[in-house]
Amino acid sequence: MSTISFIHAYLGLPLLAFFASLLLKKRQESALSILSYSTAGLQLVLVLIYGYFWLRDGSNPTQFKELSVYSSDNYEFFIDFLVDKLTLVFAFLGASLSFLITIYSRYYLHREEGYKRFFNTILFFNLGYTLIIFSGNMETLFIGWEILGVSSFLLIAFYRERMLPVKNALKVFSVYRIGDIGIILAMWLLHHLWHANVTFMEMNANVNMNHHLSNATGIGLLIAFLFYISAAAKSAQLPFSSWLPRAMEGPTPSSAIFYGSMSVHIGAFLMLRTMHFWDQQEVFKYFLIAAGLLTALIASAISRVQSSIKSQIAYASIAQIGLIFVEIAFGWENLALTHILGNAFLRTYQLLISPSIVSHKIREQQYQPEELQGAKTKSTFWSRFQMRIYLLNLKEWNLDLLLYRTIWNPLKRIGRGWKILNFQYVFWVMAIVLIIGVVLRLNEAQLSAQLLHQLPFFFAFWGFLIAVKAFTERDSVRKSLTLIMFNHISISLALSFNEHFDNTHHVWYLSGIVLSWAIGYFLLTRMRRTEWISLDNFYGHIYEYPKTGFVFLLVCLGLSGFPITPSFVGEDLIFSHIHLSQVGLAFFTAFSLVINGLATMRIYTRVFLGPHIKTYHQIAKRSS
Amino acid sequence: MNEKQAIAHVLHVLEHYLPSQAPLKDFIHHNTLHAFQDLPFHQGLKAAQELFGYQTYAPLSFYRERYREGQISESILDRVLGQEAQSGLKNDLINRTFDETTIPIVGSLRSNWKVQLGFDLDTRVHPILFRLVSSYLDQGISIWKFPIDGGDFLSAIRVLEQEGFSSLFNGKRARQLLLNPTLTLQDLLQILTGNQIYTEAYLLDQQFAHPGYSGMVLQVEKNPQALIQPRPISIEQLMFLECLLEIDALDRHFNQRWNTLHDFELATYTFDKHQLTSNQIFGFKAIWQEAYEWTFYDQVLAGLQYKAPFCDGQYQAQGIFCIDDRECSLRRHIESLHPSFATFGTPGHFNIEAYFQPEGASQRTKICPAPVKPTHLILEKSIGTKRNAELHFSAQTYGLVFGWILTHTYGFWSALKLALAIFKPAMNKMAVASTHHMHKASHLSVWSEGQMTPDGLQIGFTIDEMTKVVSSLLKSIGLTSDFAPLVYMIAHGSSSSNNTHYAGYDCGACSGRPGSVNARAFAYMANHPTVRQQLRILGIDIAAHTQFVPVLHDTCRDEFSFYDLDQVPVSSIDQVASDRSFFKKALEANAVERSRRFITIGAQKSKAALHQQVKLRSVSLFEPRPELNHANNALCIVGRRSFSRDLFLDRRAFLNSYDFSQDPEGLSLEGILNAVAPVCGGINLEYYFSRVDNQQLGAGTKLPHNVMGLLGVANGIDGDLRTGLPSQMIEVHDPYRLLVVVEQVPQVVSAAIQRNPSTFEWFNHEWIRLVAFDPAEKAFYVWQNDGFLPYEVQQSGLPKVNDILSSLAGYSANFPVIELQNQAS
Repeated sequence: MSTISFIHAYLGLPLLAFFASLLLKKRQESALSILSYSTAGLQLVLVLIYGYFWLRDGSNPTQFKELSVYSSDNYEFFIDFLVDKLTLVFAFLGASLSFLITIYSRYYLHREEGYKRFFNTILFFNLGYTLIIFSGNMETLFIGWEILGVSSFLLIAFYRERMLPVKNALKVFSVYRIGDIGIILAMWLLHHLWHANVTFMEMNANVNMNHHLSNATGIGLLIAFLFYISAAAKSAQLPFSSWLPRAMEGPTPSSAIFYGSMSVHIGAFLMLRTMHFWDQQEVFKYFLIAAGLLTALIASAISRVQSSIKSQIAYASIAQIGLIFVEIAFGWENLALTHILGNAFLRTYQLLISPSIVSHKIREQQYQPEELQGAKTKSTFWSRFQMRIYLLNLKEWNLDLLLYRTIWNPLKRIGRGWKILNFQYVFWVMAIVLIIGVVLRLNEAQLSAQLLHQLPFFFAFWGFLIAVKAFTERDSVRKSLTLIMFNHISISLALSFNEHFDNTHHVWYLSGIVLSWAIGYFLLTRMRRTEWISLDNFYGHIYEYPKTGFVFLLVCLGLSGFPITPSFVGEDLIFSHIHLSQVGLAFFTAFSLVINGLATMRIYTRVFLGPHIKTYHQIAKRSS
Repeated sequence: MNEKQAIAHVLHVLEHYLPSQAPLKDFIHHNTLHAFQDLPFHQGLKAAQELFGYQTYAPLSFYRERYREGQISESILDRVLGQEAQSGLKNDLINRTFDETTIPIVGSLRSNWKVQLGFDLDTRVHPILFRLVSSYLDQGISIWKFPIDGGDFLSAIRVLEQEGFSSLFNGKRARQLLLNPTLTLQDLLQILTGNQIYTEAYLLDQQFAHPGYSGMVLQVEKNPQALIQPRPISIEQLMFLECLLEIDALDRHFNQRWNTLHDFELATYTFDKHQLTSNQIFGFKAIWQEAYEWTFYDQVLAGLQYKAPFCDGQYQAQGIFCIDDRECSLRRHIESLHPSFATFGTPGHFNIEAYFQPEGASQRTKICPAPVKPTHLILEKSIGTKRNAELHFSAQTYGLVFGWILTHTYGFWSALKLALAIFKPAMNKMAVASTHHMHKASHLSVWSEGQMTPDGLQIGFTIDEMTKVVSSLLKSIGLTSDFAPLVYMIAHGSSSSNNTHYAGYDCGACSGRPGSVNARAFAYMANHPTVRQQLRILGIDIAAHTQFVPVLHDTCRDEFSFYDLDQVPVSSIDQVASDRSFFKKALEANAVERSRRFITIGAQKSKAALHQQVKLRSVSLFEPRPELNHANNALCIVGRRSFSRDLFLDRRAFLNSYDFSQDPEGLSLEGILNAVAPVCGGINLEYYFSRVDNQQLGAGTKLPHNVMGLLGVANGIDGDLRTGLPSQMIEVHDPYRLLVVVEQVPQVVSAAIQRNPSTFEWFNHEWIRLVAFDPAEKAFYVWQNDGFLPYEVQQSGLPKVNDILSSLAGYSANFPVIELQNQAS
């Protein structure tokens, strides 16, 4: 089996199965589940056969360029694949667990309302996971990364008629978006370092890299830290750990497979994939060891006070992943890989059997009288220490609060300052600023060099403020939606001052955005005729508008530059026009993209998900 | 009402209206809306919906759809409507569009934090509050226990606050309030509401925002011994802590400057279930519900009326089963395969009111109905059995170092176990098996030697007590003569895997345990020669060769376990052997009948293969419906078996044996109905309410459930405890009230129910419907408006079939009442 046909088959399976699963009907349970488990089953067979030949033939990594999506003189966006030991281990992990869990879910989810949705999302997730582990460059990885984020969101919010799953889905999604900043900025820096979109093979080849880094060690270190942010967010390392237990909102098998195994180890995958890029950076390695150990200690302490079985398993898993990060920092790749496999299998199984704990422990207690005294222990230094940090552990070391205070609250404060502006007003201000922007752009020759130098930053910052405003809007949905589009226009405008480049880049970038906005605006306007919609609450309109809700989800994905419209390539293109020296510009651009993504998902969540605002049918309590 | 009285009233309301569900290990069915039982059924439902926003009926569309499909008959609807059948009302019922929106009263005051201040208080307070309560009550999940020092909940929190490295609160004020020992709940409420007129409404709103945890705290407060590890707590302490957390959250969000509710001059409410609006929709739904129920009831009564009379003959063997609706079909299969086998039904604790303590256990479990306070203890004596723990639940897997070693090693073993669990499910350490309740070869201390436990329980029963147990049971079921050589005492239990609600699958009359101990104890008593002598004096003559044989029926696996077979006299050994082989066939037929409801089981297979697949459900980790329990229960027939024998009732009926001719005063009947009302009525209404509002009165789907402190289940990690039944248990259930049909003269029935006020309430307020069948007149009387009224059956005939199993093949929906033809012997 050639590597190319192996990858095509391995990747094509979930891709085809995903689209096929969309076409099936809701009640076709059997077809949906067979499609899913045979996909994973065939993947497992493929990886075993290929793995056998790969081992026999010398275990060499293979990399090849799949297709070029867009290319110009100095820029090329291409899909690239890489198969090596790391890929195959993760492929084995993913395929074997997906196979087992989809069979498990076939029965477990029988007659569940979202049966179809569940298997659609699992296949979509499989596609994202496969893309990540087979990716040969950052761009390909990022596509998978985004798919993983969205499918995680959908799986956590699987019980979309209740508030907590929906809130937590948004929370996890926001942590993932923070992680995305790392990838976006790392991609940008790498692009400038190599003056091209680089592959992992090139990046990891030491000789090559030393050449590129020789003049820019600071940048190398920065890139390494950016990788860590992304990896830590996905693998629930400090300071992001508190999302993992909150992701356990879907059906138990989906929590088991995604948050017990596949999804949560992807951060470790990223660190392993980029290992040779940073393993010369001593400072970073010490940091990684410290961060891993600290995560391991804190997470394991938190896990000890959990009175719910799933959060106990989640924190225990985070602690082991902390140790895995330490192993990676030491360069013990094989040890880390076995650790990943073992941890993934163990936690998946523990989560699956978690309901059994009641009968098992109750029985155990019936027969173990000494356990009864558990509450009263002798006062020792250790027991007093446990007592002193008990509350801290119970409050999860305030990690949730920390994210809230450092990131979301400041954003809200900025957004609230803008509250005085009403919709029309903002619109006209925006229109005027945009017209001024275009006029300036056309008459660039008359502008002073200093002003020209300032304008990109001004418009990027303007765009950032608009994104924040869109994110913190509490009232009008259409206003928020329109602001999101304005943000993209601002960014586009900002960069057009930065560098003179082909206008088609703007077309790539804005085409998907504007189209998505137009459809979204139309859908909301149509809904407003009969329904009350606003952003101050969860409205749960999906109960009556499932189709509109689905289309609106696509709109949101399009608006946030998800790889379903050309805007995804456009985003990357636009970034290539930010100079290495323009850190502020890059930061604000990346940050507004991230906030944009959050603002769009927030709109979808508030309007369509959560407890239905109309109470003529069974509605879950907000606290449930 | 001053503030103290207001709080007292709140406590009173909470005590009645919060869910009264015990910890998971003691799951017992009860009427979810028991607090409304002092109102007539339809008024109670209306009050509950208006006060709490529960959906208490199915939606209008549900009834209309059934009307179109003929499952609600037009003539019955007309009868329910009475004189109004010709009016516009009927057209409104069928066609008019209604707004079914409910806006509950409870919750309306506190929602103003969000409306007036734009602040979602609950989302800030609930997670930490739930976490504290759940960690405190935790019965064995967490590795570091909540540090308690002999005190109660609040004192433990105070110690944590004082000694811990971090504070529970963000601001100083709440901390100072907590540490101030003289502070009362009233003071905190003053800070929050600013005026004592809000006290009642505020506290009710607050507690009913998380009925799961509040209910659990109340259960533990009222019944501390329900927990193996004691945790003193009270609902007042919970409210105190919650108010503190609220003050702290408000302080933080608004920098200590916020308006109390009083500042907004809000309207408040007084909790009163008698003050109701005149919302028309409830009247409509009540009519639909009645028509829906009577369409079904009429079918049943027609069946009882038209079926061919059955004559009792001589029996080779008899079986005494539990009243449980799951035994209804098994009894039918046994009778059809073995016409000279007589079956009886009675609550499955078999009159044994006792605690049971297994060998080596430190805990006792109650094996009789939950309200009973037993004074007897039955001890198990057996050869010691080793029970090994499952490593996957051990604390070691969560540690750092051991966790590291275990993931590298045991982790791979997990993968293998997972694969085995999926491809080859088999009985395993984690499964709950009905036979684990008691060791098969053990000896039970049924006979008392006068020993007492230190806490005052008598170990075993004296001869007189045993005689009383046996005679009153036999009398109540009318089995006082013509004993067959073998009388099987058939208790039941259930096996399941990965099932948090396992206790709800066992015998309800045995407090959610399998009834094996009861069956053995009863058989021991009835086989005891001295007891038999005494019984003879009482007029119950059990022949010397008659042997009572205890059996346990696993309702999930459809298997029998036999006990004490070594005591069967030689003369009956052959008969036991042949009975066992036909039991096997009957169980197989029963499994096949049950399998029609499990759509994932293919219908084309052989009976044995189907039975095998049914068995697998009990050991499959991935099976959320090991069995369907009491789903579709709707009937309780109290009468001789001949009264209902040969009728196919689709596993809907609780069957209690009763011979009217032996009970002219209705004394046995009184005892039977005193048990039927709370046990069968409780099961029925819990199913009803979990079905019509699975989100608020049921537990929702069980698939995302997370076990909290071994006490209950919640969704995710921040959710409130979920009470009631998960959707997987009730989805095929038809929301009918229980119809009790008694074969006895109406006057006797009427007298029997009125002797016990709480039983009378069930029937008189129509939370259970009651019909008497006058055996002499052969006529039905229905209890309505304080008395019996004659009822004329509408259905004109009764369909008949020969082979029920082949008629059912491939048919998963409800099946009408029919007569089985080939049965009468």
